[in-house]
Amino acid sequence: MDFDKDLDARGLNCPLPILRAKKALAEMTGGQVLRVLSTDPGSVKDFAAFAKQTGNELLSSGENNKEFEFYLKRK
Amino acid sequence: MGATPEIANIDELIQRRIDEILPQKIEQALQAREASHTPSMTIIATKGTLDWAYPPFILASTAAALGWDVKIFFTFYGLNLLKKDISDLKVSPLGNPGMPMKMPFGPDWFKSINWNIPNLVQAGIPGFESVATLLMQQTIRNNGVASIAELRALSQEADVKFIACQMTVELFGFKHDDFIDGLDFAGAATFLPEAQKADVSLFM
Repeated sequence: MDFDKDLDARGLNCPLPILRAKKALAEMTGGQVLRVLSTDPGSVKDFAAFAKQTGNELLSSGENNKEFEFYLKRK
Repeated sequence: MGATPEIANIDELIQRRIDEILPQKIEQALQAREASHTPSMTIIATKGTLDWAYPPFILASTAAALGWDVKIFFTFYGLNLLKKDISDLKVSPLGNPGMPMKMPFGPDWFKSINWNIPNLVQAGIPGFESVATLLMQQTIRNNGVASIAELRALSQEADVKFIACQMTVELFGFKHDDFIDGLDFAGAATFLPEAQKADVSLFM
């Protein structure tokens, strides 16, 4: 999937991946896509909740070998 | 004397129409209010140790990231979390049976040992708290958990409001100069109306 900005949150723990994602999204424009990589297992549910609450759409959420990958579309 | 049959009929029609329309209207109004409502949270932070420094700053920074309005009222030992220098925050395993005592280094079998050290021994060894604090700080770094200074800075960047209890400042002989910038010094009467309006209010 194409993305406009990449955020490497691997090795970071709750709540840093969400805080960094929020910051990255704030620097983007509406419709742009942010890719986030994370190793925090809690981030799967956290990013779903974050998307629902903030209105930034979670386009996809996947796992590959204990690494999690999220695509968020800026509101 | 009752109403004439015609008027009773009209009353009944109006009543039936109101019953049909009103629930829809209320539902629409509630949805509109929820859509325009900014959630808010207030926290009272009363503890000044390294372990208890985490919950207020983690929840505050996360809530701010979710778009909430957040205010934290720091009182009593919680004021320590607002000092310019917070590198000396300590954690004590003494009288804290819930705290795992594990080593953050060495082979896995060694790291998995939970050192069950009696309170009497902990209390008798000088510097036990400092060593426990160093081990905790190492564990925090090993796990990619943010430092308190980082979470506090992120909270402030995200517009979390910090209120410092003026009474405690005087009680403990602190000076305003001991604290970071951007604080409101105020009392319970300032905080309570904020807590009253908040959707979530927590005491820590």
